[in-house]
Amino acid sequence: MFIRNRIVGTIKKSKLKTTYQNGGLVCELREDMLYVSGSLTIYESAYFSDVIGKTLKSAGQPDITFDLDQLDYIDSAGVMSLYFVKDMLAEGGISADFRGGGESILRKLEIFSPDKVYQTASPVKTGFFEKIGTDVLLFFTDYVFGFILLAANVFYWSVSDLFRPKSRREGEFVNQSIHIGVNATLIVVFLSFVIGYVMALQSSSQLRTFGANIFVVDLIVIAVTSQMGPLITAILVAGRSGSAIAAEIATMKVTTELDALKTMGLNPIRFVVVPKMYACLFTMPFLVILANVAGVLGGALAANIYLDITPEIFFNRAAEVMSNKNLLTSFVKSQVYASIIVLTGSFYGFRVVRGAEGVGKVTTISVVVAITLVILADSLLGLLFY
Amino acid sequence: MAQEKVIDVKNLFASFDDEVVLSDVSFSALKGEVTVILGGSGSGKTTVLKHLLGLYPVKSGYVSVLNKDVTHLREVEQVELYLQMGVFFQNGALLNSLTVAENVALPLEQHTNLPKKLIREIVRMKLGLVNLEHAYYLYPSQLSGGMLKRAALARAIAMDPPLLFCDEPGAGLDPVSLQSLDSLILDLKNQLGMSVVMVTHEVLSILRVADRIVFLDKGVVAFEGTVKEALESDTQVVVDFFSVLKDHPR
Repeated sequence: MFIRNRIVGTIKKSKLKTTYQNGGLVCELREDMLYVSGSLTIYESAYFSDVIGKTLKSAGQPDITFDLDQLDYIDSAGVMSLYFVKDMLAEGGISADFRGGGESILRKLEIFSPDKVYQTASPVKTGFFEKIGTDVLLFFTDYVFGFILLAANVFYWSVSDLFRPKSRREGEFVNQSIHIGVNATLIVVFLSFVIGYVMALQSSSQLRTFGANIFVVDLIVIAVTSQMGPLITAILVAGRSGSAIAAEIATMKVTTELDALKTMGLNPIRFVVVPKMYACLFTMPFLVILANVAGVLGGALAANIYLDITPEIFFNRAAEVMSNKNLLTSFVKSQVYASIIVLTGSFYGFRVVRGAEGVGKVTTISVVVAITLVILADSLLGLLFY
Repeated sequence: MAQEKVIDVKNLFASFDDEVVLSDVSFSALKGEVTVILGGSGSGKTTVLKHLLGLYPVKSGYVSVLNKDVTHLREVEQVELYLQMGVFFQNGALLNSLTVAENVALPLEQHTNLPKKLIREIVRMKLGLVNLEHAYYLYPSQLSGGMLKRAALARAIAMDPPLLFCDEPGAGLDPVSLQSLDSLILDLKNQLGMSVVMVTHEVLSILRVADRIVFLDKGVVAFEGTVKEALESDTQVVVDFFSVLKDHPR
């Protein structure tokens, strides 16, 4: 049996008639009569609508009659192909009609008649500028305002629930802290170490040229503690936990769990988002501290290998360079980034539409947007703490 | 002359992790009839259905669908068999990324060489059959529960299959929508001669559409026969199931 029906049939010609055969279908053309016999199903419909249609169109007859007396079986696709060929002939100025047919054939011709098919109007296409205008308006009303509204809600409930410990689910803060913070430790430490090492390595040749080897310590300590440590941590947490937050909330929405929470009188923001916010705000500073330490250690190793700066010299100099401002910058950034990650993940999670496909979509978007916002915030905070 | 069997199950046995789900299940479904598979939760209805659909391999016993022994079907043969059957999943299982029309057109596009214009017309006609013409451009997420079911039915019958499987078609529907869905299924049977195998719990729906009933209980067939025979049966599980009619006579 074939899976795809092929438009292949046999054609027998004589002086008086031409016979066309495909699968269970046999069509016999005698002047202005087309005798259709056998079965006309979905598998013969492609042949009928293509080969027979074109043949009749080029037959040069002003009127064609389809004789269905010998037709044993027809399905819905067969009926549609009959009408399809009829319409095709009408476009070429040839009038076609059906004749005969058993009770079952006539019933199906009636049931599947295209007259019963409701013609749906195509969606109205919007113009280019109209679309731009709508998108811009949507961006501000839906996205900017929606994000601000969610942020206000989350911060309100986060602060308010601090004073109502009974409203918090027992163990949820610890669970989320482990998930968002503790489980991210290894990857954060490892990547920060590698970045610190590479930064020192890249700058060592330039500094050696000017005999300014010792300044590699200044570079590493300042760059890592006030810039790279928090940024790398935020990007990793956004990719790891931000996506998980978006996927979790989106799935809850798709499976109507959020509706269930609402009908139980529970605020989904308070119940789902606030524990994640607490956990992220709490664990991010620790992750940033670990990232800073690992980055500086990586730099120290590279400085030792390529610039012959011993660990003793490196850390003595590091203590001189390090200021409270660097640590404060690190801390402030960690809090801002944590908020951005949780809010973005939640925002897109709540916006999910279209089931499973939508969950994947909002998860991806939430990570991209969270990383973009983190980098934008980094620029602003960089100016602030300059 | 005996009616042709579209489904023939003999001594089907199934187990998962040492837990026996089906033990010695045998029944048949006849051509042009609606056969309803009934049973309580955990009775093995879904497992039977998945065996019929080729989603679970037959480890022990014999299962024939449309006169094909599905026990040892090669992949290509299974695909050929799938083309002869339509499946109406409980939750609709429409692809969310496609519109309703695209969902219905999918099997036609994939398995036939029909011109696109003709496919569009067929899709409109199928949607018309289930009273869903207006949903042509809508996405599944924009449909209500009842509309989703009807769209799923339109997709299931897109290829005019001689055999239609319905997994709990009435679940979650209001009585009016359920009645309209039952009428559609009856139309498919009466007008197109389609054979239908349905898993459902809806008593009224069973009385409306079923020709035969297969009642599963604890992994075995507790009863097999016509609706009339089921209503007169003294098998306890069947009596219990239909007792709702006695408790609430219409």
